[in-house]
Amino acid sequence: MEREPGAEGARRALGHLLQAVLASRSEANAVFDILAVLQSEDPEEIQEAVHTCSRLFGALLERGELFVGQLPPEDTVLAGSHGAMRKYKIWMRHRYHSCSSHLGELLAHPTFKVKELVLKTLMKFVQLEGVHPLEKPKWEGQYLFPRKLFRAVVGGLLSPEQDHSLLLNQFCEYLEFDDIRYHTMQAASDAVAQVTSQHPKVSLAFWNNAFTLLSAVSLPHQERDISNFYVKHVEPSDMWKVTHLKEHRKTFQAMWLGFLKHKLPLSLYKKVLVTMHDTILPHLAQPTLMIDFLTSACDVGGAISLLALNGLFILIHQHNLEYPDFYQKLYGLLDPSIFHVKYRARFFHLADLFLSSSHLPAYLVAAFAKRLSRLALTAPPEALLMVLPFICNLLRRHPACRVLVHRPRGPELDADPYDPEEEDPAKSRALESCLWELQTLQQHYHPEVSRAASVINQPLSVPEVSVTPLLGLTAYEIFERDLKKQLPESVPLEFIPAQGLLGQREGICAQLFTLS
Amino acid sequence: MGKARPAGTRRQAPRAPAKINPNPFEVKVNRQKFQILGRKTRHDVGLPGVSRARAIRKRTQTLLKEYKERDKSNVFKDKRLGEYSSDMSPEEKMMKRFALEQQRHHEKKSIYNLNEDEELTHYGQSLADIEKHNDIVDSDSDTEERGALSAELTAAHFGGGGGILQKKTAPQEEGDKPKSRKELIEELIAKSKQEKRERQAQREDALELTEKLDQDWKEIQTLLSHKTPKAENREKEKPKPDAYDMVVRELGFEMKAKPSNRMKTEAELAKEEQERLRKLEAERLRRMLGKDGEEKEPKHVSADDLHDGFILDRDDRRLLSYKDGKMNVEGDVGEEQSEETGSQENQEEERGEDDEEEEDGEESGEEEGGEESAGPDSRSDLDSSAESAEEGDEPEQEQHQAPCGSPTGDNQKTHRAGSQELPYVFTVPESYEELRSLLSGRSVDEQLLVVERIQKCNHPSLAVGNKAKLEKLFGFLLEYVGDRATSDPPDLKVIDKLVLYNLCQMFPKSASGSVKFVLRDAMHEMEEMIETKGRAAFPGLDVLIYLKIAGLLFPTSDFWHPVVTPALVCMSQILTKCPVLSLHDVVKGLFVCCLFLDYVSLSRRFIPELVNFLLGILYIAAPNKQSRGSTLVHPFRAFGKNSELLLVSDKDDVATWQRGSLPLHWASGRNIPTTAEANHIRLSCLAVALALLKRCVVMYGTLPSFHAIVRPLQALLAEHQAERSHPPELQELSQSILTDVENQKQLYRPLICEKSKPVPLKLFTPRLVKVLEFGRKQGSTKEEQERKRLIHKHKREFKGAVREIRKDNQFLARMQLSEIMERDAERKRKVKQLFNSLATQEGEWKALKRKKFKK
Repeated sequence: MEREPGAEGARRALGHLLQAVLASRSEANAVFDILAVLQSEDPEEIQEAVHTCSRLFGALLERGELFVGQLPPEDTVLAGSHGAMRKYKIWMRHRYHSCSSHLGELLAHPTFKVKELVLKTLMKFVQLEGVHPLEKPKWEGQYLFPRKLFRAVVGGLLSPEQDHSLLLNQFCEYLEFDDIRYHTMQAASDAVAQVTSQHPKVSLAFWNNAFTLLSAVSLPHQERDISNFYVKHVEPSDMWKVTHLKEHRKTFQAMWLGFLKHKLPLSLYKKVLVTMHDTILPHLAQPTLMIDFLTSACDVGGAISLLALNGLFILIHQHNLEYPDFYQKLYGLLDPSIFHVKYRARFFHLADLFLSSSHLPAYLVAAFAKRLSRLALTAPPEALLMVLPFICNLLRRHPACRVLVHRPRGPELDADPYDPEEEDPAKSRALESCLWELQTLQQHYHPEVSRAASVINQPLSVPEVSVTPLLGLTAYEIFERDLKKQLPESVPLEFIPAQGLLGQREGICAQLFTLS
Repeated sequence: MGKARPAGTRRQAPRAPAKINPNPFEVKVNRQKFQILGRKTRHDVGLPGVSRARAIRKRTQTLLKEYKERDKSNVFKDKRLGEYSSDMSPEEKMMKRFALEQQRHHEKKSIYNLNEDEELTHYGQSLADIEKHNDIVDSDSDTEERGALSAELTAAHFGGGGGILQKKTAPQEEGDKPKSRKELIEELIAKSKQEKRERQAQREDALELTEKLDQDWKEIQTLLSHKTPKAENREKEKPKPDAYDMVVRELGFEMKAKPSNRMKTEAELAKEEQERLRKLEAERLRRMLGKDGEEKEPKHVSADDLHDGFILDRDDRRLLSYKDGKMNVEGDVGEEQSEETGSQENQEEERGEDDEEEEDGEESGEEEGGEESAGPDSRSDLDSSAESAEEGDEPEQEQHQAPCGSPTGDNQKTHRAGSQELPYVFTVPESYEELRSLLSGRSVDEQLLVVERIQKCNHPSLAVGNKAKLEKLFGFLLEYVGDRATSDPPDLKVIDKLVLYNLCQMFPKSASGSVKFVLRDAMHEMEEMIETKGRAAFPGLDVLIYLKIAGLLFPTSDFWHPVVTPALVCMSQILTKCPVLSLHDVVKGLFVCCLFLDYVSLSRRFIPELVNFLLGILYIAAPNKQSRGSTLVHPFRAFGKNSELLLVSDKDDVATWQRGSLPLHWASGRNIPTTAEANHIRLSCLAVALALLKRCVVMYGTLPSFHAIVRPLQALLAEHQAERSHPPELQELSQSILTDVENQKQLYRPLICEKSKPVPLKLFTPRLVKVLEFGRKQGSTKEEQERKRLIHKHKREFKGAVREIRKDNQFLARMQLSEIMERDAERKRKVKQLFNSLATQEGEWKALKRKKFKK
């Protein structure tokens, strides 16, 4: 059968073939022609073929012309002496099988349109197969879902080769359905386990795909009605696992634990940790199982430790986790870079939360205050404007720490008793010291910082200053604020006349730089 | 009551001697609870009987009358003059009424009654005129004819006396044909008309004569009496300026030699200048401490206050301000001078263009003295510095100087040569493009001259719009500077001269606006980059130049300044957000550090970013990094591509390096050709960093946590020293820094809060409040008080009205009652009378009957 070139021709030809196959069983061999087009080079032709396949097998599934039950191998069946009808069904089932495996391969096709169409077709097959199952139920009312086909779909999505984020976004539409979500979780954990066991070094693309898929799964918060099924069942039963949120949670937990037990790339670590506290932890069946992951993340250091704190705090706060070195770890996290990292606002928000308890020992709070003020010596003004009220709040909450700013009749010292190198806040001797750093910052060049630091000169006022609006302060905002400030009626001017660009000869600019 | 009354009367007795009836039994005393000194009471004594009587009288006069007339529809109104006024005696009334009657008699009754003002005439003349006796004509007219009509007239008018007519006409008929009746009448009319005309003429003459006589009389009258009407005389009696007076006045107005201030000696001038600078410096210090807003007048005034306005600790110093470009400081020498120069300039402008040439020389002279600008003096100063820098070979500099000849000596000459080609009058450019086209292609001096001339020709005192134009010019020039700085190679010499100090002094507000504008631009660019990439590149040379210019134009030591504070934030951003990726970045960063230090050189404020950056520079110059990566702060990384950017490993280059200042143009993106040169730049950068560090150490030595600040620096420097790979000069430098740090011993004094002022006890000094009205609630706003006052007044008036109405009703009821009683009594009386008469009638009748009966 000769084919006209081009998508149009292909469409017409495929249309004829489809008609023929559906009309009479004697034309069944035309299926091979259809399947052959699936391997074409032209994406448009492939699309036509996928359309045809979808219609063909959709119709066959609905008609029940595919073999149901354990599929015997093709050769034996064709050789054996079965009825023609049975032979036909088995043969057709084999064709269906090869078609879906072809489609699974096509999920890796470079053209997005093809991929999208293939995904849609496969999901249609999943739906039809769910309604007309190809296995015999072992008992009355058994829950049947085309697991094998669906696993192939998810496996195709989580390819280690290329980034499927767009396709995954498409797939997210199906995650609205409870059964699809349930099986996706199962299939995803299987896929992750499979890929990581096969490849010693897993590509970044796979992790990204997996994370995109995993983070797209969001469980309902309440067990209202798990009945929004993609595969419509005639009589849904309470006995099925799919209908219980508890089972969903278990699978969810298994999926995440399976994912997180592997060594993830650093960027992914951050992403996971950022979403940990509000998308993952509340849905786990046993949140305490996350503790291994979180503690190991906390030991990584830097920004990742900062982010792990949040999850850890939730575990300590809500799930009775005993974590003895928590404050020591937090103390260890304070280094000069915290004022410059991207997660500064989040960190200080959490730190404010952690240190808000009034039952903390005074030595601990004093150590934090001292450490923070020591670090403030290297901070930019936007951070200073936030951290100075923060320190003052600490002193307000813990009156025992007020000696840091008010120590009447104290001895004069030769050196600061505080030991910045000491990792244990208990041994840092912060309570014996004073916040001279704040006194230094009263000399800061920015007027507002200087003013904020001068607060300690007076006895601290009772109400705390809310740090929240200051957390996200940026230098640009400060700059704009300074610019917009009300001008005095006359702008003060320099009264020493300028002499050239670099100023007077004895000025440092003129000494260190020349114009030419 | 019995006790109070005598006291009240006694008190009242001397006060009211004028009272007609001081009958103690009619007086009611309103007793006061407390005696309050100084309060004037109006109603301490009342006369209830009197006031009641007055009220009753009033009611009978008004209310009762109304009541009686209640059923009557017509009203009797007595309109006689003064009938009801009691202050006129009957005689007076009569007199007035009579006068009114007379007046009314004379008045015109009605405008339609034409007869009213008909003039009475006699012989066709007004009787009024006749009465005046000024009709001369009449008096002299033929008297014999008076009283009788002429025969002709009668004949003509009345047609009677035909005989006479006949007789008369007969002789006429003899001469010519007899005239018809019509002709006769016409003749008559013409005659009478002529007569009339003559009479009129005569009368006019007479009138004229009388007037003349009157005038004469008046003249004589003025001579006779002193009651001259002044209005007429004032004009006439304008005194002619007397020669003597004139001389006296002139002498009075003549300039006298006044004692003037003597010329000040050099020393005094210097002293004054010093005084002025001292004052400005004091201002600056005050602003540096940020105490502007904190001066408050003490609120509480003690009882011992003398109210002479003297308050201790008040700061008498005044804010430095500029008005129209002139400093506004009292006793300011500079102000006078600049004013003088201003006026001189104006005059010179008026002189015209022909001697503009000459003026150029003068201008430069003036600027030396009064206005501070790049006069030749400062120019030569800069040129010499340029010369020193010239030793490093710079091709583009020679390019610039090629037309100038030798740069130092012939400065004036080139100046003049350039000015010969330039036009003398420039309009202020309206756009930046215009300015650029004006300045492009000219040499440095010419550009300067052009800008200078633009300013001179459009001085704000010359025309109204010039101020706005020059304000715009500042912005354009700033843009031009930025443009020059970004050009390749950067044209820094022009910028050096174009510092814009003068324009800024003239228009501080707009200048600060434009500087803020360019800074905002730069910051915005950086912020965008940070948003998209998370970090920013070092800004171009133009931004650095802007920052420098901002530092030159505005006082950098202020606690808060509208331009300088944003500039500081901008520099901090540059130092924290821009990672150092190349040698250019190092040079730029070091320049920003230098600027930062320059900004705070007077106020000695603490800059964490600066210390961080220098630490980073030292780190990337350190040879081996085994430790201490953790103390590094943001833009620098402990490991990575650029962590050894400033490391020099070549021994030869180290040996050949000479210390010098860092040329700014390295900051712009030109590639450094050889590795040796690059190494030299590295070492120069390190030298600059060390120099800056030394200054920092000196400056921050007194800060309480100095050692905490410099500890990481100290460690790194020690490492540097241990390595000994640097040239000896640098090693010396770092050694001296280390010793400086070591020597800076300090005591840690425990912090103590300032003692808060104890809450003051309540004092006995009374709180003085303005009392507006006694018995009123105080302490609210004026509107509120007014409202309350009105409400209260309304209430009182309302009550009063109610009381009045009640009393009216009582009065009426009383009246009605008395009426009824009267009526009843009358009736009773009448009934009685009737009964009486009936009884007598009956009696009589019975008696009669009895009589009859007896009979």
